[in-house]
Amino acid sequence: MSGTNLWVYTDIVKEHFINPKNILEDEENYSEDGKGIVGNIKCGDQMMVAIKVKDDTITDCKWKTYGCASAIASTSILSEMVKGMPVEKAYTITPEDIVKELGELPAHKIHCSVLGDRALRKAIEDYYARTGRTDKVVREKAKIICQCMNITDKDIEDAVRKGDRTYEELQYRTKLGTVCGQCREKAERLLHEYIHLFGE
Amino acid sequence: MSIRKVYMDYNATTPLHPEVGKTMREAFELYANPSSMHEFGRTVRNRLEYIRQDIAAFLGARPQEVIFTAGGSESNNTVLKMLACAQYDGGEFPGGRTEIITSAIEHPSIMQTVEYLASMGNAVHFCKVDRYGKVDVDHLLELISEKTALVSIMYANNEIGTIQDIPALSKIAHGHGALFHTDAVQAVGKIPMDVQKLDVDYLSFSAHKLYGPKGVGVLFARKGRPFYPLIHGGHQESGRRAGTMNSLGIIGMGRAVELAKQEMPLLEERLIGLKNRLKAGIMELIPDITINGHPTESLSNTLNVSFHGAEGEAVLLYMDLQGVALSTGSACSSGSLEPSHVLLATGVGPELAHGSIRFSMGRDTSEEDVDYVLEVLPVVIKNVRKMSTVYAGECR
Repeated sequence: MSGTNLWVYTDIVKEHFINPKNILEDEENYSEDGKGIVGNIKCGDQMMVAIKVKDDTITDCKWKTYGCASAIASTSILSEMVKGMPVEKAYTITPEDIVKELGELPAHKIHCSVLGDRALRKAIEDYYARTGRTDKVVREKAKIICQCMNITDKDIEDAVRKGDRTYEELQYRTKLGTVCGQCREKAERLLHEYIHLFGE
Repeated sequence: MSIRKVYMDYNATTPLHPEVGKTMREAFELYANPSSMHEFGRTVRNRLEYIRQDIAAFLGARPQEVIFTAGGSESNNTVLKMLACAQYDGGEFPGGRTEIITSAIEHPSIMQTVEYLASMGNAVHFCKVDRYGKVDVDHLLELISEKTALVSIMYANNEIGTIQDIPALSKIAHGHGALFHTDAVQAVGKIPMDVQKLDVDYLSFSAHKLYGPKGVGVLFARKGRPFYPLIHGGHQESGRRAGTMNSLGIIGMGRAVELAKQEMPLLEERLIGLKNRLKAGIMELIPDITINGHPTESLSNTLNVSFHGAEGEAVLLYMDLQGVALSTGSACSSGSLEPSHVLLATGVGPELAHGSIRFSMGRDTSEEDVDYVLEVLPVVIKNVRKMSTVYAGECR
């Protein structure tokens, strides 16, 4: 037995945790082409990603995070993944892509600590904005969560941004889950995720 | 290279006292059922009853008031669920009272049990605490009424170490005709206590927090107070707790209590010295920290510190890689998004709750251990802060 399996996370996570790559150390003198920040200190995770871009290809990616081991490792590995990657491709990286690179993460860690993809997307959008190409910014396609009332994940996000914090408040505003109630678990998961991302 | 191993998580559990281990190993062959009438059984039973007397004497209680359980969580559950059991059994608490008051900083075995009782229709009130974790007596006086059946307040807090004034709180409960329970899991073996002076009706503790084995504990239940068993199915413990007695566990607990009685005064003195050394070192070496808990009325083995801008789970795991075992109030360690309810109740705010680290020491902790922690911790905190989005202090 190697003994490493005794650790909380996989070897790859451990390696990136012990030796995080590409930490942004000199923020003031790092002239990035795009920067994004997501997360919420109150929930215990916040992430910032800064990128340098040449000919629409990411040449450098640096980051900072306030977060746990998997937050640190997932951002570290993301910063390695995107170097040399066309901006357009990097724009489509999902948490699943990051988790795949890391080997695996406990399920409850994925939605709370893998924020790097969102921070990167915001950094890319910032890059598009700085280069006057906001048309490139894609509104993510909305997914229907509540079939009965036709409520999407975007509607839930909007509700959280408007201040909803509980399932009851969400129901009151959107009428979600008021007919068959089958979507409750899914909706609550999204609710927590969005509070985590956008809540005060 | 082998790194130094430092265990500083005694509030989670303690190692077995070598003497306890020895006593238990010698008792390993005592297989007979202590409830059997034959000589095999009577021999074991006899020994367990002597231990009951010793533990009773240790607490200032009568032997028949000491009930052996499977630990603190069971003892706590038994007391709280008596309310529901009483209602179900058609019995009642004095005056038909049904409400419970507890504090906002209790252990999950109290917190989640009262939440369960609330979901079944019992009114539950949570008493506020101040910034040091001391129960807000004015708030308790507001909450207590002729409907209050039970007030349950922990003796010493597991996360921040704050010690409550139990005699004063039980006096308030009794003054309003309510019963009083204290979860003394973190206090027994650290603070000398006498249930008469404390004037409590029920008290819980667990052997594994005082260098005894896991899975065994005590519920003190004062004679003449209501009692409804949680576990039915046998006449053990005078019908108050069914199940074949955990002979080996009880023997281990008995020895642990005996040793605690002897070692407590000296150990306490030593721990105060170690805690002061650790606290002074952290304050000197690491900027931007907050010490949580009461400055003086606190367990002498427990120090809880929030490191600004440094998330607790990351700190815990970096320290783990240096061989140091600690604990954190960060949400990440709990699997929920909420950080420590104890720290939030003291009003430190979510960021500092996520950044909190608990150092809890015990009889094997040495000055060298403290010095080793003081050697590696500043480097870990500095590194974590270097990557932090929210710390703009020393690394700018």
